Amino acid sequence: MSALHFLPPLLLQGAQMALVLLAAPLLTGWVRKVKARLLRRRGPPLLQPYRDLLRLFGKEAVIAENASWLFRTAPYLIFAFTWVAAALVPSFATGLMFSWTGDLIAIIALLGAARFLLALAGLDIGTGFGGIGASREVMIAALAEPAMLMIVVTLALIAGATQLSTIATFMLSGVQGLRVSLALALVAFVIVALAENARIPVDNPATHLELTMVHEAMVLEYSARHLAMIELAAALKLLLTCSLLICIFFPFGMANAGDAARGYALGLLAYGGKLALVGAILAVFETAIAKMRVFRVPGLLGAALMLSLLGLLLLYISRGF
Amino acid sequence: MTPALLAILALCATGMLGVIWARLPAGRWGVYSASLGLSVVLMLVGIGALAAPPSGLTLPLGVPWIGVHLRLDALAGFFLVVVNLGAGGASLYALGYGQHEKMPERVLPFFPVFLAGMNLVVLADDAFTFLFAWELMSVSSFALVIAHHRESGTMLAGYVYLIMASLSALLLLLAFALLAGPAGDYAFALMRARAVTPGMAGAVLLLALLGAGAKAGLIPLHAWLPLAHPAAPSHVSALMSGVMTKVAVYGFIRIVFDLLDGKLTGPPAWWGAVGVLALGGVTAVGGILYALMESDLKRLLAYSTVENIGIIFIGLGLAMAFRATNFPAGAALALTAALFHVFNHAVMKSLLFFGAGAVITATGARDMEQLGGLIHRLPQTSFAFLIGAAAISALPPLNGFVSEWLTFQAILLRPDMPQWGLKIMIPTDGALLALAAALAASCFVKAFGITFLGRPRSALAAAAHEVDRFSRAAMLGFAALAVLAGVLPGVLIDTLAPVVSAVLGARLPVQITVPWLSIIPVAASRSSYNGLLIFTFLTSATLLTVFVIHRFAARTLRRAPAWDCGFPDASPATQYSGASLSEPLRRVFGTTLFQARTVVTLPPPGDTGPARIVKSRRDPIWDFLYAPVGQAVGRMADVMNHLQFLTIRRYLAFVFIALITLLLALALWQ
Repeated sequence: MSALHFLPPLLLQGAQMALVLLAAPLLTGWVRKVKARLLRRRGPPLLQPYRDLLRLFGKEAVIAENASWLFRTAPYLIFAFTWVAAALVPSFATGLMFSWTGDLIAIIALLGAARFLLALAGLDIGTGFGGIGASREVMIAALAEPAMLMIVVTLALIAGATQLSTIATFMLSGVQGLRVSLALALVAFVIVALAENARIPVDNPATHLELTMVHEAMVLEYSARHLAMIELAAALKLLLTCSLLICIFFPFGMANAGDAARGYALGLLAYGGKLALVGAILAVFETAIAKMRVFRVPGLLGAALMLSLLGLLLLYISRGF
Repeated sequence: MTPALLAILALCATGMLGVIWARLPAGRWGVYSASLGLSVVLMLVGIGALAAPPSGLTLPLGVPWIGVHLRLDALAGFFLVVVNLGAGGASLYALGYGQHEKMPERVLPFFPVFLAGMNLVVLADDAFTFLFAWELMSVSSFALVIAHHRESGTMLAGYVYLIMASLSALLLLLAFALLAGPAGDYAFALMRARAVTPGMAGAVLLLALLGAGAKAGLIPLHAWLPLAHPAAPSHVSALMSGVMTKVAVYGFIRIVFDLLDGKLTGPPAWWGAVGVLALGGVTAVGGILYALMESDLKRLLAYSTVENIGIIFIGLGLAMAFRATNFPAGAALALTAALFHVFNHAVMKSLLFFGAGAVITATGARDMEQLGGLIHRLPQTSFAFLIGAAAISALPPLNGFVSEWLTFQAILLRPDMPQWGLKIMIPTDGALLALAAALAASCFVKAFGITFLGRPRSALAAAAHEVDRFSRAAMLGFAALAVLAGVLPGVLIDTLAPVVSAVLGARLPVQITVPWLSIIPVAASRSSYNGLLIFTFLTSATLLTVFVIHRFAARTLRRAPAWDCGFPDASPATQYSGASLSEPLRRVFGTTLFQARTVVTLPPPGDTGPARIVKSRRDPIWDFLYAPVGQAVGRMADVMNHLQFLTIRRYLAFVFIALITLLLALALWQ
């Protein structure tokens, strides 16, 4: 009886984990496609990321002579950390079975753990490029992570919880109305999200030029299945960030626990539509602006940190009792 | 109680025997195995006291009309566990590490006495015993700091440490004097019963904060810590950083939350909490920024201790704030977070200092710029160090994350504080805590990445060998503890509950009955965390991926020279060094804070002379606080020095003038 009781939510959780894994490369492909079209190129087919992954899986892995065990295990661990974090973010429905396993702070910390490992993997071989990537990554992280946590704190104070499901339900109810703090948090979130996912203007995912590399510099020594795992983790992280944005700021259409099958179908549809829209906006944004010099990035991220802190202080002061 | 006392006496006796044994080859075994055994006994006593009613003991020793009062309550029991967990680990580690000691006679006699001093502080129940034990702890650790007195910088470290330890004891002496009042009620029981005026309470709080803070390493009283902790042998560094700073935290909690308990004077004023919160936040961020600038592994760890003390004091400040505003549930959460972090930091920092000691044993170098590639030479040490580094960077599913998560939950608990000071200070501390956590991760990427990864930067690092099995057992044991406390945080929270409720009269809800062993500090809809499930998910996701990849994808692996965009350089000097890794952060944070400057001089075209790069950095706190005070003392000493060479007539005149002045003062006074 209890097993039957557990089955539907378990299936739902499984569906969510499979969905994010399968949809992640598609989102990457979609962003690339839109970007190419905006540049009046035909661009690679939508499914190209899947083909790339399959091709990489089939290749012989070549690693440096002095690579340690950490270098070989890091891709799998990075992928696992990102996947678990992605599984905790409600995508098309709230109230997933294991959503209480970790709250928003835990999700950010899981991503932080993935980045910690990636930076270490960059340092493992002892090449100049690995070091440059790790060094820049930790600088970006040192500013982006506090900004992200401040955004979380702002949300938590508005919704009265750090539990993502509760926040989404609260935002769905529309009680919060329009708040200046939320707007500030949204702007800060977008900046942090661009930095976290190594997108323009912080980093360029499509280049191998020394002056512009951060993420690519760290993974330069990886090949074949190891590289595929890291690419997949990066795609998952992009999807996770978009899902987070949708879940927190635009949760309408999301299915609630206990909805009928139709609710879930609608939720799925809405999620797909919103994801496509966010991806398209990202592509437009990336086409419209230029990559920043590395030492201009702290200014940008500092602005995000200040915006989020401002939103937070505003919240404390405007409550005023 | 009696077993604890006997164990402490036995530790002192071991110290005496250490004087004799030091010359014998077996002396190390005797001293460290006795310390290990006695630490285990004391830890068991501490565990037993967690849930038991307080027990006391008065000995007819010490100052005649006071006697020696000892008391073992839940709070003392918890700190007894923390102290002796660290002490036991350090003793086990030293069984192996101690064989490299060149001058055992300078270490062996003082090590057990140091342990005895720390244990006695925790058990003391009157001001005299407390201060005596406090000084015993300071003096014995001072002797251990200057054990390697011929190394450059050690004597300076010892000197600064001695001054700051005296300052700390002086401030605590004044705090106790205020608490005892004119009648001289030096027993803690009498102090608890005495009414204190709000002004007096504020003064005691300030003195306790500065006195205990100087010992714990609160900024700006931290200057001795990064000098003294690294100068000592590594197992002593682990004790000083991991354990002795916690004894200072204990002193603060004992005075502020117990002796200054507001039963008789109404709820304590909230502005004290603002001060503690401000100092805690500044210490957390400042400590880790200092750590980022370091390239000496042990100094980096010492500065990271400063950061963690800041995090603990943020928790304590929150507890004070909530207690002052009549919100016992919040105070319980904040104090639980602080105590959880006390335990975590004792485990993590001991582990990391053991690792640093292993690196020194294996290579003889402390400077990270000479290390590298040790993951190949010291596989087990590097694995344990990696766990410690990830734990102290607050990464799930390890223990450091849980306590920082709890602190965040306490920060988020109550935005509608009635006082403006708290209304501004609490979110600011949230931002500072977030910044400190992110910077800590960067700092430990550097600590682990430069020391253990990459290619060896010196011949010593290339020829390193794995350390002995006692050292490895201590490191791996503490690493396991870090994982365990992260995976099963609910058990630890429940263990802390009687301590918290003894101090505050309130506690967190029981966690062990929550389904799936989650922890829920306030309410399920608000926030929850499940270390066990996260750990299980991570493990199963990793194993599943590895299985799928190795089943369905190509399995071949080939080793080849590094790619490096086609231009691999054979020299390890082309790798990123520790300084270059933290250069971006140095630019972002150090330019204004530390006046960090980089001057590049390029020779003009045609000149074949070398180019130069000069980096400079100043320590603002040292420059603006310590250096002026030191100079003033020096100048005054110079002036007074003239008094040393006077004739007898002048001295007699001075005595006469002093006598007249005092008599006049007395006459005018009445």
